[in-house]
Amino acid sequence: MTAEPRTPPPSADINQRILAALRETGRGLLVPVLAVFSALVIGAIVIVLSDLTFIDRLRTDPGDAIGVALKGVANAYGALIGGAIGDPSAYLHAFQTGDAEAYRTAFTPLSETLLAATPLIFTGLAVALGFQSGLFNIGAEGQLFIGATVATFLGFAVTGLPWFVHLPLVIAGGFVGGALWGFIPGFLKARTGAHEVIVTIMLNYIAYQLVSFILTFPGYQREGRSDPISKITEASSWYPPLVDGLRANWGIFLALAAAAVVSWFLYRSTKGFEFRAVGLNPSGARYAGISIASSTVLAMMLSGGLAGLAGTSQVLGVTHFMSSGISPGFGFDGIAIALIARSRPRGVVLAALLFGAMRAGSTPMQSTTGVPIDLVVVIQALVIMFVAAPALVRGIYRIKIPQTTGTEVFSKGWGG
Amino acid sequence: MTAEAVTARGGLTLIDPATIRRQRSFGVFYLVLAVIAALILPNGIDPGANSTFTLKPAGPPGPFDLPNLVVPTQITLYAIAILCGALGAIQLFRGFGSRWAVILGIVAAAFVFGFLTWAAADKSMSLIGVLQLTVQRATPITFGALSGLLCERAGVVNIAIEGMLLSGAFTGAVVASVTGSNLVGLVGAGFVGLALASVLAILAIRYRVDQIIAGTVINIFAAGITSFVLTRILNDHDELNSPERFSVVPIPVLSGIPIIGPMFFNSNLLLYVILVLIGVIHYVLFYTRWGLRVRAVGEHPRAADTAGIDVLRIRYVQVMLGGLVAGVGGAYFTLGSTGSFERDMTAGRGFIGLAAMIFGGYTPIGSYLASLVFGFADALQARLSILNIAVPSEFLLMVPYIVTIGVVAGLVGRVRIPAADGRPYEKE
Repeated sequence: MTAEPRTPPPSADINQRILAALRETGRGLLVPVLAVFSALVIGAIVIVLSDLTFIDRLRTDPGDAIGVALKGVANAYGALIGGAIGDPSAYLHAFQTGDAEAYRTAFTPLSETLLAATPLIFTGLAVALGFQSGLFNIGAEGQLFIGATVATFLGFAVTGLPWFVHLPLVIAGGFVGGALWGFIPGFLKARTGAHEVIVTIMLNYIAYQLVSFILTFPGYQREGRSDPISKITEASSWYPPLVDGLRANWGIFLALAAAAVVSWFLYRSTKGFEFRAVGLNPSGARYAGISIASSTVLAMMLSGGLAGLAGTSQVLGVTHFMSSGISPGFGFDGIAIALIARSRPRGVVLAALLFGAMRAGSTPMQSTTGVPIDLVVVIQALVIMFVAAPALVRGIYRIKIPQTTGTEVFSKGWGG
Repeated sequence: MTAEAVTARGGLTLIDPATIRRQRSFGVFYLVLAVIAALILPNGIDPGANSTFTLKPAGPPGPFDLPNLVVPTQITLYAIAILCGALGAIQLFRGFGSRWAVILGIVAAAFVFGFLTWAAADKSMSLIGVLQLTVQRATPITFGALSGLLCERAGVVNIAIEGMLLSGAFTGAVVASVTGSNLVGLVGAGFVGLALASVLAILAIRYRVDQIIAGTVINIFAAGITSFVLTRILNDHDELNSPERFSVVPIPVLSGIPIIGPMFFNSNLLLYVILVLIGVIHYVLFYTRWGLRVRAVGEHPRAADTAGIDVLRIRYVQVMLGGLVAGVGGAYFTLGSTGSFERDMTAGRGFIGLAAMIFGGYTPIGSYLASLVFGFADALQARLSILNIAVPSEFLLMVPYIVTIGVVAGLVGRVRIPAADGRPYEKE
């Protein structure tokens, strides 16, 4: 989450060291926590203002209107939290009865949160890796689609393999698919200077069209269907569930492993060091003999590959087939996650869990209180804004926040 | 040695290796087009088939109606193949020097005509319809391009055009439905664009947030909030999302001119607004003191500051104006086109507008011409899917996005960008 903890003098008491580390972490968490809090407050205002009952009541009985407003917000956020982490009484009931069915009911929200966090960890890592290398990958969504399409193909076309061969093959295929889609902007940037932001946005739209073409292609499309939907993949390529009856699956461990690998790669490997050097100071890196072109291409490919794994985890763990509804915008969530985590892999995992919880909670929120899922998108935009402009947070809460990051400048003209 | 060095006037010339590479790859590209026109397209077409293009706009006959253009399909395709092949060979071995852009235009136009001829084999296609649709589809893209231009000439990257268009479309529809006046809807759309632009300006100029991140915030926010309100309120209250569309107002006399008339002078208010806006922005940017200052701030803010120009004020004003233009342009999607608002209905037009601005060399007129190219790709896709031809619609839908990538990758010439574009300015 934070900068590497400073190493205290060896004589320091262990308690003091822990305290120092905690303080460090706390300072690092202050902005993200306040950013999320402020975003939720504004989200509440949006809920109230879009409530027609409230608007109506405001005209007839302003005193009652406040009650309506508060109740509306409490219901919506209550449903959001309940859908994300569960209902205490359900847990209590499960523990008391020890009934397997009751346990499943109680843990379903947590399972859904883990399920939603899995692809978010991947897209968050994808965008974060790009940020660290000085690249803004807005194309995680398209890379996700291509990765999922390739993974699905390997999932249904390759048959008769045992799971320990098939599953890794499909995962590798998803990675390669995303990496290829990431190669295009990387290559164009290295070769022609085309700005990766525009190229990746365009590639998102191209990916949607390409995938919807493939989805209706004979041999890929499911037999007997006329809508764009793929065949169902072989069971040997599915992630096993963590617990029978719940949707959360072993894909979350692959995501966590990916976070560990990315962390090792960025901070402990030579290539990762080169990536960060290029990201921090391209001319300095060039002077040190690092090839910016190859670093750019490779970073975009790795970033794309991680995004491809996000799509793969959806196919292997959730849907077991490909359709255009595979992602409700995980690629764009990745931007918010990477920013709130300040591109640190550990932070990405935490932020992805938070956004996964919001995604998981938003579905029951819409069905029980009528507050649309899109509220999560609004909150995300606000979180990005507050995280990107810490001065805003500082101004609102009148607190001192150390200047931890200078936001890198990505927008140096459009190339071309 | 290429021909360029020999033909170039003015003695010593530096030959950019990238230019030579581009010249070569263009030559190969033309030859590929020639092969497609000669071998692939004529397949399965009856040798006696004709392609018919109508040049008369739909509606009652007018005084200046042109007769239909009828061409023999196969012969036309072969002629175009020969033209593309010959130009490709010359390009490959001699190069066209500084006239390469003209040649590219000729080849592109010829091939596109060949493609239309192929698509219309044994059928009749309304060429004037395609051209009219081109101008219509180019309009919102132009609004986006002009919005980007206003901001970027002053050195602020505006990637939030997409979000501003979307919010403009939404607000236009709702305000026009509530008030019953689409002019008021247009004002509301412009106001919302202005509001979002002020957020962009404050984040980018005051807080010096990275301008792409600031723009992304606005795009995500706009997508979220419009979908939110659409789902929560508008879906159950159709009366809030059924505005009256702008009616077509033909301009007397001018609308009677063949081809040009139906394209440009027989449209709704928003096309006329954009045509006027192009002229105004061109004049202000290049012929007034304010325009000179804006360009100075975009190129070298430090120098402009030293000369006594208030850099930040100019940036604020330009970004706000950009937001106003994008907001009004967004209303085109609802009030000028389909009527009611739909989720994510701008579908990347804001980003394409950004590309049109780059393609157009950061000038209003260039941006419009580039927007027309994108609009044509869009219109072609719409028309060809009706004609039921062998190319899947998905690939036709990709065309504008692929062209955009080609443009930013500099495959079609390089563009000089305002030097300080995207860099926050800090007063010393």
